Amino acid sequence: MESWKNHKALFAAVATAPLTWLILFFLLPLGIVWLYSFGTNQGLTQIDISGTFANYARALEPLYLGILWKSVLVAGATTIICLVVGFPVALAIVFASDKWKPWLLLGIMLPFWTNLLIRTYALMAVLRTEGYANQTIGWLHDKFGGLMTLGGLPPPGAYEPMHLLYNNFAVIFGLVYVHLPFMVLPLYAALDKLDKSLIEASLDLGAGHLRTLLMIVAPLAAPGIISGIIITFVPALGAYLTPDLLGGPDSQMIANVIERQFKRANDWPFGAALSFILMYATFIAIAFQAMKARQAEARQ
Amino acid sequence: MEDKQPIISIRNVSKRFGQVAAVDNVSLNIMPGEFFVLLGPSGCGKTTLLRMIAGFEIPTEGQILIDGQDMAKVPPNKRPVNMVFQSYAVFPHMSVADNVGYGLKIAGVGKAERESRVAEALELVKLDGFGTRKPNQLSGGQRQRVALARSLVMRPKVLLLDEPLSALDAKLRAQMQFELADLQDHVGITFITVTHDQDEALSMAGRIAVMNKGDIAQLATPSDLYEFPANRFVADFVGSVNLFEGRLTLDEPDRAAVDCPGLGKVYLNHGVTGPHGADVWVAIRPEKIYLHVPGAGKAIRGAAEDAPEGHNFARGQIKGMSYLGDITLYDIRLESGAMLRVSRPNLSRRDQEDFTWDDRVSMHWRADSAVVLLN
Repeated sequence: MESWKNHKALFAAVATAPLTWLILFFLLPLGIVWLYSFGTNQGLTQIDISGTFANYARALEPLYLGILWKSVLVAGATTIICLVVGFPVALAIVFASDKWKPWLLLGIMLPFWTNLLIRTYALMAVLRTEGYANQTIGWLHDKFGGLMTLGGLPPPGAYEPMHLLYNNFAVIFGLVYVHLPFMVLPLYAALDKLDKSLIEASLDLGAGHLRTLLMIVAPLAAPGIISGIIITFVPALGAYLTPDLLGGPDSQMIANVIERQFKRANDWPFGAALSFILMYATFIAIAFQAMKARQAEARQ
Repeated sequence: MEDKQPIISIRNVSKRFGQVAAVDNVSLNIMPGEFFVLLGPSGCGKTTLLRMIAGFEIPTEGQILIDGQDMAKVPPNKRPVNMVFQSYAVFPHMSVADNVGYGLKIAGVGKAERESRVAEALELVKLDGFGTRKPNQLSGGQRQRVALARSLVMRPKVLLLDEPLSALDAKLRAQMQFELADLQDHVGITFITVTHDQDEALSMAGRIAVMNKGDIAQLATPSDLYEFPANRFVADFVGSVNLFEGRLTLDEPDRAAVDCPGLGKVYLNHGVTGPHGADVWVAIRPEKIYLHVPGAGKAIRGAAEDAPEGHNFARGQIKGMSYLGDITLYDIRLESGAMLRVSRPNLSRRDQEDFTWDDRVSMHWRADSAVVLLN
């Protein structure tokens, strides 16, 4: 392969525009926000970069620590559910016939092309008290009740719609719905690379499908599982729209608090500090993954 | 062998993928303790047949019995057979000992017995002391031994080997051919090997089934397969051969003659039992043809023709030579213009200098050397 070093002018021509964009509109603003996190509010619009750690100290107060911990729990639950649901889905796509594979992958990626806001409102239509979920269950309830009356049993009474919206359940449900593709795609990539004869060898040696999955497939797909966990957990931890729209009064996550600092509370330094705590956590997670990946590579 | 029950009985088995029949109505009995080889070009259905025995493919039609038991509803993990995969399929995240002990662990064999059986199996394949290594620390040949040990440790009734030597280099392959045959002799397990390599098949097998387009073209011992091929496909696929089209003009119990436009009249000292005047093919192996300088035969033997009594005879000119060390191959253009390949052993150091390009030569072969093929 030709090295870019032999075509420096061409490389510079191609790289300059995106590099400039990245620096001006991403790294620079990020750097400013990072500096804000060491600043103090002076009046309404003035921020004095004083180098203080007070914002970080405040972020570690029990109130915010509690919300951060809750965000971790919600994102963790989301990740685990995504893994449990996504693993069989990824496995099914890997073993689907070549004719079906592209369509199934398209089905996984289709939600990506729909606006998050629209998807979330659609979910609200499903989950609200008079929503499709409650309507369907209510309809089944009535039919079942009719059957019971026919069988000479007392009717079960009127259906009480479940409260599916504006609580933690709705938040996790919504986050799983939004983040499932992030889990399925890296799992699919890892499982697709797996030598199928390893699975056949395990079956041949007497292992059932579940044992093969646990002892052969899962360990060998570990890098993909770790990737999936990280790229599901990180955005779920920073989720803003989903808890805002689907959650109840006690469902706010750390991103909602951050939003409030930048808007209503007008405390940019504190918001910046909270943002960067998430950022640091992400960096640590990615570094951990890179380390694991290198270990796995060394093993092969 | 007839009074024993076959360990594997394949009855009218077909496997179709869509419209394509990979295996087409094959019936086959394999006896206990046999070293059986399925030989054929790629795409002939040999691997599909092996995978059906292992349970990884379900026959579209027909029945497979292992030790008298119908395998139709038995999944791969419940069959008394084990397979050595072409890629070896050694588990990369497990040590050699864990790989070999995997099946025993699944079967619930206790730790002490497991360890002793693993050690025994590793010793069998000459890998003692390699137990703690990881597969990535092994060579291709060693990995293959791990795969072999991993299957043998299960003490299967039948061991299935899918192109077991194809990933090894030529020297190692030749060595492993002997070792596999030796091992099979030692453990007494029935081996069924799939290969596209005729040398491998001839050197290891007790019996060979040559497959072509999903069907068995011939089932025979290695020497029968080579010396008495049943059809043109087998003659051509196993070893190299000169094939000439001709017409059967004489067919009596003790002699026959075929008139070949390319080769002239070929006489045989046995009957063919084909329809008189039928279109047939004459097959002669290159090593069965004697090559000499014109007139030399007459000088030595004093025979009327330039060949020993009862031999077939032809003349030609050397158009191609390839020196292979132990033998030299000559491509000779006959008077008819057809080409004939002759191989000549280099019995002494300067034998290859006897002939060179454009030399006119005489050839002869025994009356029982050629094979007449009806299809």
